[in-house]
Amino acid sequence: MQPPGGAPFEHAGSVHAVDAEAALQNARDVYARRGEAVNIWVVPTAAITASTPEDVGPFFDPGNDKPYRHPQFYSVPRGVRV
Amino acid sequence: MPDDAAAQREFEARIAAGETVEPKDWMPERYRKQLIRMMSQHAHSEIVGMLPEGNWITRAPTLRRKMGLLAKVQDEAGHGLYIYCGAETLGVSRAELIDQLLTGKAKYASIFNYPTLTWADIGAIGWFVDGAAIVNQTMLAKASYGPYARAMIRICKEENFHKRQGYEIMATLAAGTPAQKRMAQDAVDRWWWPSLMMFGPSDKDSPNSAELTRWGVKRKSNDELRQRFVNLTVAQARAIDLTLPDPALRYDEATKDWHFGPIDWAEFDRVIHGDGPLNRERLAARNEAHASGAWVREAAAAYAAKRAAESGGSAAAA
Amino acid sequence: MASTAHPAKRKGEPGAVPALDPALRAALVQYLLRLGDDRLVLGHRLSEWCGHAPILEEDIALANIALDLIGEATLFLRLAGETEGAGRDEDALAYLREAIDYRNVLLVELPRGDFAVTIVRHFLFGVAAYYQLEGLTRSTHPALAGIAAKALKETRYHVRHAGEWLLKLGDGTAESHGRAQAALDDLWRYTGEMFLTDAVDEILVGAGLVPDLAPLEAPWRAQVTDVVRRATLRVPESGYMQRGGRVGRHTEHLGHLLAEMQILQRSNPGATW
Repeated sequence: MQPPGGAPFEHAGSVHAVDAEAALQNARDVYARRGEAVNIWVVPTAAITASTPEDVGPFFDPGNDKPYRHPQFYSVPRGVRV
Repeated sequence: MPDDAAAQREFEARIAAGETVEPKDWMPERYRKQLIRMMSQHAHSEIVGMLPEGNWITRAPTLRRKMGLLAKVQDEAGHGLYIYCGAETLGVSRAELIDQLLTGKAKYASIFNYPTLTWADIGAIGWFVDGAAIVNQTMLAKASYGPYARAMIRICKEENFHKRQGYEIMATLAAGTPAQKRMAQDAVDRWWWPSLMMFGPSDKDSPNSAELTRWGVKRKSNDELRQRFVNLTVAQARAIDLTLPDPALRYDEATKDWHFGPIDWAEFDRVIHGDGPLNRERLAARNEAHASGAWVREAAAAYAAKRAAESGGSAAAA
Repeated sequence: MASTAHPAKRKGEPGAVPALDPALRAALVQYLLRLGDDRLVLGHRLSEWCGHAPILEEDIALANIALDLIGEATLFLRLAGETEGAGRDEDALAYLREAIDYRNVLLVELPRGDFAVTIVRHFLFGVAAYYQLEGLTRSTHPALAGIAAKALKETRYHVRHAGEWLLKLGDGTAESHGRAQAALDDLWRYTGEMFLTDAVDEILVGAGLVPDLAPLEAPWRAQVTDVVRRATLRVPESGYMQRGGRVGRHTEHLGHLLAEMQILQRSNPGATW
């Protein structure tokens, strides 16, 4: 679901449905009762490919030791706001 | 990873470190079973809980009350659904869980076996039953199993209005005509003790508590939660001049707690084991809805299968 | 009747009630009661499903639709009360009128029946409501046009929802097909009333306040026929059309519905809830 105001889509939850239109309507009725969404997409559970717990190390750790991707890695002269 | 002592130690260390457990993570079989039991009971309670309040939707006394109540009972259907979906991540289907409810194998909150006799009962349920549920669910929002905790966070957010609508009904009745005030006090008298029982037996008598606490599913004891609920509710009752039916109720300066009288656990056991006022009716109503909806579910599935056959795709559930 | 606080914002109103001569005003009150009562009674019938629907997701969907309808009824009845100017608010109109003072079409008061009856009724009513509301959004009466615009959005979804189910029931199993056709056959004789016009319509149409209903029957029929055929169902022959709701001549069912709905207000006169 995409919340109002241009924020990115977020996972809201699951519904049961026999087809895509029913899934969309059910998602609307179940998860957007309080104006939470301006946009919804649904996908069959079977169509999702996800990482596994075993991936935790190989997939994500390499991103942990790349400090040069963060602004704090670079120093600027004292007193200058960058 | 094998289900051995080392894996279990690692699992418990993760929980002790405050990590959440996600569906694909290894977990002890017993943890999975306990969670399925707890989550399905919780979901069933939401669904059966629709019945006592649903009993008054068509008789709500103003349009505003009618909409508030309908929206609340609808929320309960939604909450049941969130929790069923959460439980499905543990490898059990909603159909299996519902079957366990319908055949009487699974339990649900005993309080819904009591009848709603007057409009004031709708106020009392919102104030007490939802109030107690919020105390419990606020704790469960920190449960170690991610899908359960996330469902609870959503539910707590939505349930804020449930308790307020109940309390507003009670406050209105308590300040109303003598007949209304009497109705309100009568509802308080009938719902107070069953609400205290909702937290379950004292921890020393609760067979599952120790394990659930060790695994971070429960973060507080039944007695702690019950005490918190009583402490919150006493002042609310006084503010609208209704009397909680407990002559032993007294404030303890030292602990800052409201001490309450003994709970009739014999009644609790009796209702749990089938001899509450409406156990049979509640289950019969759920069975009736399920049975008379069978042809609709079959029709939807048949229609989807036809369309899928036409397009050569598969009728996957979304 | 003193109703409890209404902090909710009142979209498109108030203060938008134009000065109307007495005849026009009286006709408008009647028309608003028709709009309000249709939705209150149908919303009430739908709310009876709460906790008893065939699928959990559908329980939630039917409650959403019921809430939309009761919300719309609240706005139309409130405007009826304000237009009447006799001090009756939406609750007084909903809870303290007799069946002979209700102005809904007969279609909406029939018992909820099985799920096929509920869906077919909602589809037949929803499509008609859609065209009527669309016309009302162009009303020269700003408050009425404002409520119609809100209701139109909701109705568009109701038709989508009911239409989708009608396809599934009609083209599902032999049993669902049979039930859907039976519902269509049973309810068809109540559809003509939705397009009947009388002196109330005449005076309001003349003043540009409301659309003429008679020309809306053709697009209604076209849309209904299209979906019914796609659902592999048959459009029934149009025989005698039942009528009477618009002038307070109802079926036996409405009295029971109101007895239940009004019990607390009737048994506690003057109380605040």
